[in-house]
Amino acid sequence: MAGAGGGGNDIQWCFSQVKGAVDDDVAEADIISTVEFNHSGELLATGDKGGRVVIFQQEQENKIQSLSRGEYNVYSTFQSHEPEFDYLKSLEIEEKINKIRWLPQKNAAQFLLSTNDKTIKLWKISERDKRPEGYNLKEEDGRYRDPSTVTTLRVPVFRPMDLMVEASPRRIFANAHTYHINSISINSDYETYLSADDLRINLWHLEITDRSFNIVDIKPANMEELTEVITAAEFHPNSCNTFVYSSSKGTIRLCDMRASALCDRHSKLFEEPEDPSNRSFFSEIISSISDVKFSHSGRYMMTRDYLSVKIWDLNMENRPVETYQVHEYLRSKLCSLYENDCIFDKFECCWNGSDSVVMTGSYNNFFRMFDRNTKRDITLEASRENNKPRTVLKPRKVCASGKRKKDEISVDSLDFNKKILHTAWHPKENIIAVATTNNLYIFQDKVN
Amino acid sequence: MGEEEGLHQTQLLDTMFVRGLKRKCFDGEEDIEGTLAGFKAIPSYNLQRQSLLDMSLVKLQLCHMLVEPNLCRSVLIANTVRQIQEEMTQDGTWQMINTQSAGQTSLDRLVSTDILCRSSKEQAEGKLVPVYSTFTKDCEGTQSQDNSEIMSTVTSPQVPKNLQSNMWEMENPQENRGNFQKSLDQIFETLENKSPNTVEDLFSEVDNSYYDLDTVLTGMMSNTKMGHCDLETFPSQTSTNSKSNCKSDLNELDHIVEILVES
Repeated sequence: MAGAGGGGNDIQWCFSQVKGAVDDDVAEADIISTVEFNHSGELLATGDKGGRVVIFQQEQENKIQSLSRGEYNVYSTFQSHEPEFDYLKSLEIEEKINKIRWLPQKNAAQFLLSTNDKTIKLWKISERDKRPEGYNLKEEDGRYRDPSTVTTLRVPVFRPMDLMVEASPRRIFANAHTYHINSISINSDYETYLSADDLRINLWHLEITDRSFNIVDIKPANMEELTEVITAAEFHPNSCNTFVYSSSKGTIRLCDMRASALCDRHSKLFEEPEDPSNRSFFSEIISSISDVKFSHSGRYMMTRDYLSVKIWDLNMENRPVETYQVHEYLRSKLCSLYENDCIFDKFECCWNGSDSVVMTGSYNNFFRMFDRNTKRDITLEASRENNKPRTVLKPRKVCASGKRKKDEISVDSLDFNKKILHTAWHPKENIIAVATTNNLYIFQDKVN
Repeated sequence: MGEEEGLHQTQLLDTMFVRGLKRKCFDGEEDIEGTLAGFKAIPSYNLQRQSLLDMSLVKLQLCHMLVEPNLCRSVLIANTVRQIQEEMTQDGTWQMINTQSAGQTSLDRLVSTDILCRSSKEQAEGKLVPVYSTFTKDCEGTQSQDNSEIMSTVTSPQVPKNLQSNMWEMENPQENRGNFQKSLDQIFETLENKSPNTVEDLFSEVDNSYYDLDTVLTGMMSNTKMGHCDLETFPSQTSTNSKSNCKSDLNELDHIVEILVES
C-alpha cells in the first residue's frame, strides 16, 4: 500500500537507481517510449525512440545483508527496429518502440515482443557462458590448422567464458497494419497475441508470420464518417477468448472471440455517462482513453484518460467502481494544453502485484499512486535531486489556486515538457520503474 | 514553441473559457494599452469559440509531413471543429456565413483559413487569383529581386493590422466567419480521405515553396512528396505568378500562424 509515509502498513518509497544520460540536452533517439517488467520481475526492458531495446537484470540479493533488493544492471542492448521508408506513401516509418511485451519463460532463453508503428518482432534473448575448446581442425582463434600438423585426435570440451547475452530476432510479423500500432498483448494461451492499430485489431499465432486474422475493424466504409479510433487493447489475463479495446471517445468494449470470427459487435460496452456540469469543447478529447490494463486477478480493468484513472468491474458496464483524479488542477488549463498539444499526451497506468495500488504519471516529472483500500494517494517526483540510495522520497503537492503553502508547487510553474508517460510495477515486489523523458528511475520500498 | 510559452500565450483563452474573465478583445495594437488600463469586460462566447476554431484549423494544417500524422489526434481535433460548427449552426451564426459572397478580394480573406485549407486543385484552378491580386501585381515588376523579400515587405505592414482587426473586431464578425464554412468543408474532405496523399495535396503548394530548383536538383528533399515537385511543373526563377504565390503563401502562413497564436 502507498501512503504519505509513517506508521503502520504505509510504504515509504526510496530512490534506488537512475539510468540514462545526466545532461538536460536530450537526444531524440534516447527518449524512452516503453517500460516493462518480465513475469518474474528479474528483467526490466525499455524501448526508446531510436528503436533500441535495453534490458536490465536484477542482481541476486545478497543473502547476508539484505538491506536492499538487488540492483538492476544492463543485461542486453540491441537494435530492435530500424527506420524505414514507405515509398508508396512517401512517408517515413518511425523506428520508435511503441510497446514491449514479455512471454512467460519456458526454457533457458527469454522471449519478448517489440513493436514499432508497423512491424512486430519476436526476440530471443539467450545467455552463453560456455564455449567449446580443443577443436581438432581449428586453432583457438578460429583459424584452420594446417592439416599436416594434426597428429592427435581429441574431443572438444566446454569451458566457462564471460557471460555473453545474445538477442536474435526469431519472427518478424510485418505488413498487417495500415495504421499505427498502439498495442500488443499476449494471450493467456501463450500461443497467440493481438496487435491493435487505430482502426483494426489482428490476431496472430506466434509461430506464423505470414498470416494474421482480423478480429476487429472499425474503419467506416466512408472515411468521412470516421469519428472514433482504437487507442489500446489487451487480452484478459485468464480467459483466452476475451479481450478489451478502448476508444478515443472514452468507451471500452469487451469482446468474446467465441461469438464470431469478426468481433465487431461487442459483448460488453463500458461507458460512463458524461457529467453535464463539466461539459466543454474539450470534453471528448479528455475522455479519450490512453491506456487500458486488466488487474492481475482479471476481475477489474483500469483505464486512463487525460485527467483521471478509472477502475471498472467487468460485471458493471454503466460506470466505473472507482475514479481517481490525477491532476484535476489542469481542468482550468485545458485550452493552453490544447494549444501546446499536451492534451494529446498518452499516459499509461499500471497495477501493483496484489491489485491494491495503481500508479500513473503526470507532468513536472511527478507520478501518482492511489491505494484502493485506504483511498489515500501520494504524489512523488522522479528527479536526480534525491540521488542517494535509500533516500525516502518526499511527497509533493500541487497548489491549484490561492495561497501557495511552503513546499507546494503552483500549477503555473509546472514543467509540461517533463512528463512521465510510462511506468511499471514489479509483479511481486514493491519495486517500480518510472521513465522520464530520457532517464529510467527505479524506486523501491524502504526495507528496514 | 516552448510549452511554457504556449501556456502563457493562451492563458488569456483559458481564463476566457473557464471564467469569462477580464480582458477586452483586441481592436488593434494601438488600442491595447488604453484598454488594459482597468477596463473589465467579459469577452463574448462567440469570440472564444471563434478563437478555438481558428486554433483547431491551424492544428489540422500543421501536421508533420515526414511521418504519417497521428490519426487519433487528427480525429479528435476534427471532432472538436465539427462540434463548434454544429453549435454555430444551431446558434444561427452559421447561416450568416452562407450569405457571404465569395467575391471578396480584400485582405480580409487572409484572415480566414481559406489560405490554410486550400487544396492544390483549387489553387490550380486559379481561385487563388482574386485573393492574391494585390500581391501578384506588386511583384510582377520586380522579378529579378528575391520574391520573398518583396512579399514580406508587402505583407508585413498590411496583414497584421487587418488580421488583427478582423480577427478580434466585434463589429464585423460576419466577414471573419464568412470564409470558414468553405475551409471547414475542405478540412473534412482532406481528413476524410485519410490517405496521406490528400494531406499531401493540401500542402503541395506550400511544400513547393520550400524548394527551389537547386534544392530539387541536389536531391535534398529526403522528406515528402517528390511527386509534387516534378521538374516539369517547377517554375523557373524568373517566372510568374505560381512561384510568387507559393512564396506569398508561405509568408502569409507564417504571419497568420504568428498572429493566431499570439495573444
